[in-house]
Amino acid sequence: MPSWPTETKYIGAETKRIDAPQKLTGEARYSSDIQADGWLYGMILRSKWPSAKITSVNLDKAKQIPGIKAVVTVDDGERTVRYYGEEIAAVAGTSKQACLDALKAIEVKATPLPFVVREEEAIKSDSPKVFEGSSNSSDPRVRENGNVDKAFSECAAVIEGFYSTPVQIHNPMETHGSTASWTDEGVISWASTQGISSVRDSLAGALKLDHSKVRAICDFMGGGFGAKFNAGVEGVLAARLSKETKAPVRLMLTRFDQALAVGNRPSSFQKIKMGALADGTLHAFDAENFGTAGFAAGGATGGGGGGADIPMPYLYRVPNARSSQRVVAVNAGSARAFRAPGNPPASFGMESAMDDLAVKLGMDPLEFRLKNDPSEIRQREYKLGAEKFGWKEKYKKPGSSGGIVKTGIGCAGAAWPAGGASRRTQGEAQINPDGSIEFRLGVQDIGTGTKTVIAVVAAEMLGLKPEQITVRVGDTNYPPGPGSGGSTTCASISPTVYDICNKALDQLQTQSGIADARGANWFAACKKLGVTPLTVHGQWQPGLSSDHACGVQFAEVAVDTDTGFVSVKKIVAVHDCGLIIDKLTLESQINGGVIMGMGYALYEERVMDELSGVVLNPNFETYKLPGIADVPEIDVYLINMPERGVIGIGEPATVPTAGAIANAVANAIGVRVSSLPITPAKVLAALGKVPPPVTT
Amino acid sequence: MKDSDKDGVFGAHSRRTFLKSLGTVAATAATAQVNSVAAELEKVNAEKIIGPEAVPVTLKINGQKIKLQLEPRVTLLDALRNYSSFTGPKEGCDRASCGACTVLLDDLPVYSCQKLAIEAQGKEITTVEGLAKSGKLSPVQQAFFEKDALMCGYCTPGFLMSVTALLKKNPHPTTDDVKHACAGNICRCGTHPRILAAALQAAGVAANGTTKTEVINA
Repeated sequence: MPSWPTETKYIGAETKRIDAPQKLTGEARYSSDIQADGWLYGMILRSKWPSAKITSVNLDKAKQIPGIKAVVTVDDGERTVRYYGEEIAAVAGTSKQACLDALKAIEVKATPLPFVVREEEAIKSDSPKVFEGSSNSSDPRVRENGNVDKAFSECAAVIEGFYSTPVQIHNPMETHGSTASWTDEGVISWASTQGISSVRDSLAGALKLDHSKVRAICDFMGGGFGAKFNAGVEGVLAARLSKETKAPVRLMLTRFDQALAVGNRPSSFQKIKMGALADGTLHAFDAENFGTAGFAAGGATGGGGGGADIPMPYLYRVPNARSSQRVVAVNAGSARAFRAPGNPPASFGMESAMDDLAVKLGMDPLEFRLKNDPSEIRQREYKLGAEKFGWKEKYKKPGSSGGIVKTGIGCAGAAWPAGGASRRTQGEAQINPDGSIEFRLGVQDIGTGTKTVIAVVAAEMLGLKPEQITVRVGDTNYPPGPGSGGSTTCASISPTVYDICNKALDQLQTQSGIADARGANWFAACKKLGVTPLTVHGQWQPGLSSDHACGVQFAEVAVDTDTGFVSVKKIVAVHDCGLIIDKLTLESQINGGVIMGMGYALYEERVMDELSGVVLNPNFETYKLPGIADVPEIDVYLINMPERGVIGIGEPATVPTAGAIANAVANAIGVRVSSLPITPAKVLAALGKVPPPVTT
Repeated sequence: MKDSDKDGVFGAHSRRTFLKSLGTVAATAATAQVNSVAAELEKVNAEKIIGPEAVPVTLKINGQKIKLQLEPRVTLLDALRNYSSFTGPKEGCDRASCGACTVLLDDLPVYSCQKLAIEAQGKEITTVEGLAKSGKLSPVQQAFFEKDALMCGYCTPGFLMSVTALLKKNPHPTTDDVKHACAGNICRCGTHPRILAAALQAAGVAANGTTKTEVINA
């Protein structure tokens, strides 16, 4: 079994992001920056109806607009659109302005149909149906163990709560889209994606082309967070427009489009009843949950769907537990994977219930977790974090903080059961006689530091410096690698690079006759290659990576009880991810997870208008993201566990933040705000200072 | 609010001065017919009407004069990214809420998506491509590099311009000054603590109250 070196120079140290200079100087060309020869703009016309039968789409006037080169419909003939923002037609033209004019000139005739956008309405049997003739709600999926009803009668304390989370929008800074070029040789798609392979395969499928005729390229892209795996309707339209116009077409979505049609995190409405024995042992759990994954309710969509189920009772083993879950269709854009799918809402609901039950039992919430959390790693993380955070000194009974601005603390835990590796990951290296070396892997760097990880591992194995390693990713012409999902990339590529390096050294040493070609001998060994570079193919090897990262976070907040405003003062994040490859980019991932979790806790929510069926906040003015002034002090503690091999961190880092903040707010004000985001209005309503929001 | 709006130094076309002039006219409207106000506006603007066809526009970008043919409705961002090859400034929202398109106009940071290209004529336009001199990162870029104040990097050009403008005006900023200067920039990856640390490092100011990290070995 292979193993990582124990004495390391670069692995575990701080290596600066190798592609940072390109990003910092504007030299990096993102997907939306591609200026292919003779390129045209593409734009999409979207449905203004949340539900309608489209009877005709007349493109004639649009085609007459000066500068317009092609106009196509998504589907010919009659069709039904099922959400506000669904794609109807697309245009390509010589300027943005021409395209805007052309979109206005497309004539769509439609018969509006009844619609429903609120989950609580959609789940009722008499609500309008998203798909005619079929129920909006799936059958409940029930899981049960033990004797739940009997177990509740044995409990010393029982709580019942209703915890809800909103639909969250990914909002990567670069919107979805691509430049597509369709020539006799095939299609090239410069896509803003976290899955070049899946872009190629989905485009080939939609365009009925051989996979070998489609190439996806992604040198730099502006964030994905789970929403950018496939070509999507927009990617297919760009290719079709390119075919029509015989020119490359750049079709990037607008920020407005981004909020409607290309994914989101499903909502959750969690009714949780939970009881514990007198000694604080969890004993009984009964929960119902439903949420929406949009119109397709988790079915297949252009961008890949997902259900709305969440893991229950999440981290804890309750001997008598029952859960029942349903996914509900509404007339809205479909959900997609979103950083740790299912986990942040599960963590928020369960960790809120844990604190509520601890209060009822009269126990310290941290003690209650230590009593019940089955993970040894999290036990250790809670103890370490509590000491660093000063839990004992800071903890007060809920609501006992004095004054108008009340402070409180809370904690929550995370699990990320995925996060292993893609075992089919491959890669190659070309070693040149001058000693330069280039790695080529068919993965993509979505901002997590993938290129840097490749350079660090290669430098360590070969005795070189990271800056001596040339890294090329983001092209389906390179050996295949996984999509950047499930926090699997680091654990997939590190063992692959390890394997390539070992094979390269073996061959180089044989060919050169130098016993150890590493480090000081590298250039001499390469020179002996003569005129022919050495190319080596490698693949993922077992024993160098694993999965199941944990993590716990502690939050300290201040709540202004006059305004309802919550400010987060401090987060202590304790995480493990096995063997640390690059401490610098790892910390950045954890900061990012915490800040995104803070947005989920306090600000973010897709708001839909039930009268018109439209998304009311498809922009950054009214869909609020955390800004630099909102961000608290974040202290990160990394448990180094090299014996576990490499484990990804992107997802576990965002899981527990919302639960920890919600618990800190409840601890500060003595009442629970059980619905995310915790807005000032909800805080004031919980305090009885304003009436609760009207939701009929 | 960006300084450009606050100061209203961009001639007849800045939002502030436009609103001011509208205010004067609107006061007149209280006693006159609405129609006559429209007529008055039309008369005032009559001599200045250009377009809708493309007109010659000269922009001075990073010290280099560039001649373009642009419809007057083309924004500065569109002109930079799509009519020339300055793709450093990014389009994140195209409506003045994300800051990824921030450039300097005569040392003041502006959202280039909210400025028409024709309005930027005669100004020194600096994009992110203009920060590094003869292949050497500027101190702000260098600090971003060292502190890893970027992940996907799409918002980074905007933050770099906001911080650069701040340090030109205020070489020794406080933490709050940096937060204020970057209030108009959005980052989704969550690089904020690192940006704060980098800005302070570039200014040679000691950072406190940002992020710290510790590795705990088994």
